[in-house]
Amino acid sequence: MPNKTALHDRHRQLGAKMTDFHGWDMPLYYTSIIEEHKAVRQTLGIFDISHMGQVLVTGPDAMQTLNHLMVSDLTQVGEGRACYTLMLNDQGGILDDLIIYRTGEEAYLVIVNCGNRTSDVEWLKAHAQGKTSIADISEGRSILSVQGPLACRVLEQILDARVTSLGRFAVAPMRTLSPDACIARTGYTGGDGFELFLPDGHAKRLWDTILASAQSAGIRPIGLGARDTLRLEAGLRLYGTDMDATTTPSEAGLHWTVAINKPDFIGKPVLLRQKQEGVAKKLVGFELAQGPVPRTGMELTIDNRRVGTVTSGTFSPLLNKPLGLGYVETAHAAPGATLTLTVRAQRYPATIVKLPFWKEDSVTRQPLEHLPS
Amino acid sequence: MSAVPANLSYTKTHEWSRREGAELVVGITAHAQEELRDVVFVELPKTGRMVKQAEPAAVIESVKAAFDIYAPVSGTITRVNDAVAKSPQLVNQDCYGQGWLFAIAPSAPEETSSLLTADEYTKHASASAH
Repeated sequence: MPNKTALHDRHRQLGAKMTDFHGWDMPLYYTSIIEEHKAVRQTLGIFDISHMGQVLVTGPDAMQTLNHLMVSDLTQVGEGRACYTLMLNDQGGILDDLIIYRTGEEAYLVIVNCGNRTSDVEWLKAHAQGKTSIADISEGRSILSVQGPLACRVLEQILDARVTSLGRFAVAPMRTLSPDACIARTGYTGGDGFELFLPDGHAKRLWDTILASAQSAGIRPIGLGARDTLRLEAGLRLYGTDMDATTTPSEAGLHWTVAINKPDFIGKPVLLRQKQEGVAKKLVGFELAQGPVPRTGMELTIDNRRVGTVTSGTFSPLLNKPLGLGYVETAHAAPGATLTLTVRAQRYPATIVKLPFWKEDSVTRQPLEHLPS
Repeated sequence: MSAVPANLSYTKTHEWSRREGAELVVGITAHAQEELRDVVFVELPKTGRMVKQAEPAAVIESVKAAFDIYAPVSGTITRVNDAVAKSPQLVNQDCYGQGWLFAIAPSAPEETSSLLTADEYTKHASASAH
């Protein structure tokens, strides 16, 4: 039996096409991936991402434990702040990418990928230092993600006028909703939005309220299909696809998350060595002027020699062209370089571009102009 | 169940075909286009290419995956729809009209007897739908 989120029956009622995602029966799309993608870029979308794991790390030594396990410097993350970070193995390979929310002086909410939930919790417990408590609190709890230029406008009406003052990567309790609910200004789309961590019952009510109250503003439910195209357009990596335990932060282009001057953390020696010696392959973004969709595993070549492999690909609904991520030999990984993608014996030029492919600009920050009449 | 025009012939792999003079014009059914959703790329055969019945003749890609389109009968490709190559969403918008894919001059006329009628296809598609 697949795992189901608390909102599963609602997805079915909305006519969602369901798909298996790491053992979870999740909505792939409700109407169309492209329409849902555009709604998030132009108005507002709501995602059920309750398949993701919620782990609470608490205690006087919680910070020390996490600081030893993560590549980022958690001493720099104040109460009410969050950071995107990576957890590595001893070889510097990425065990997971996660967002850590500091919800209290000695309390951290760690959001992990669903496929890594069990192994992450085991790893955290095995490396807990001093007085640190690790609790998987995923059961009975949900995560709703509300993303798009209208996010502030809708949530300040439904929830609390103060959501507007929450900065990017800030987190705050949402006591008006539930004693143990919180809201953060984070997401996986590259645009503005919020994520809410809350008990199942409250999630169901909030889902219904948001979809009912804001229909006139163009809000719609969004499936995992558009979640994937949105994150790709924003150049965001997907764990298990664009990175795994065999790739390091430098290779994955995520060295910016690493506080290399921290005293000690798991994987540091390998990262130090790679910083000096460089890496053999790098994750790049590439795009095609037109043509087929790059798919995972396809080869990237130069003069018929394989120099890289596609890890993710899609058709960008906003930029209207195929694009993808892939690992390419460092010598050929500079933006501007042209590789060849061969699909069904036809060759297409693939140009390496700087990530992200799409970036939120000042126009999309002006929700009023995008309000449908 | 989506529209299944009575005047067309069908395959179990969800292609429709319509006789136009000596040619058979081919596309995919409304059922197939709904299953695919979000068509973003269409790869058509070259005119003059020989195709065999039930073998891949074209490819349609949606955001999520690529799908082979099979020749309903054996023959030679006489025409392809350049408009659908330029605007793949025509497959979603008008699969029985502007979203047609290619035309075949059949080389084995007896093969058309293996094609399904609208009623037969409706039964087949309903059974395979979930």
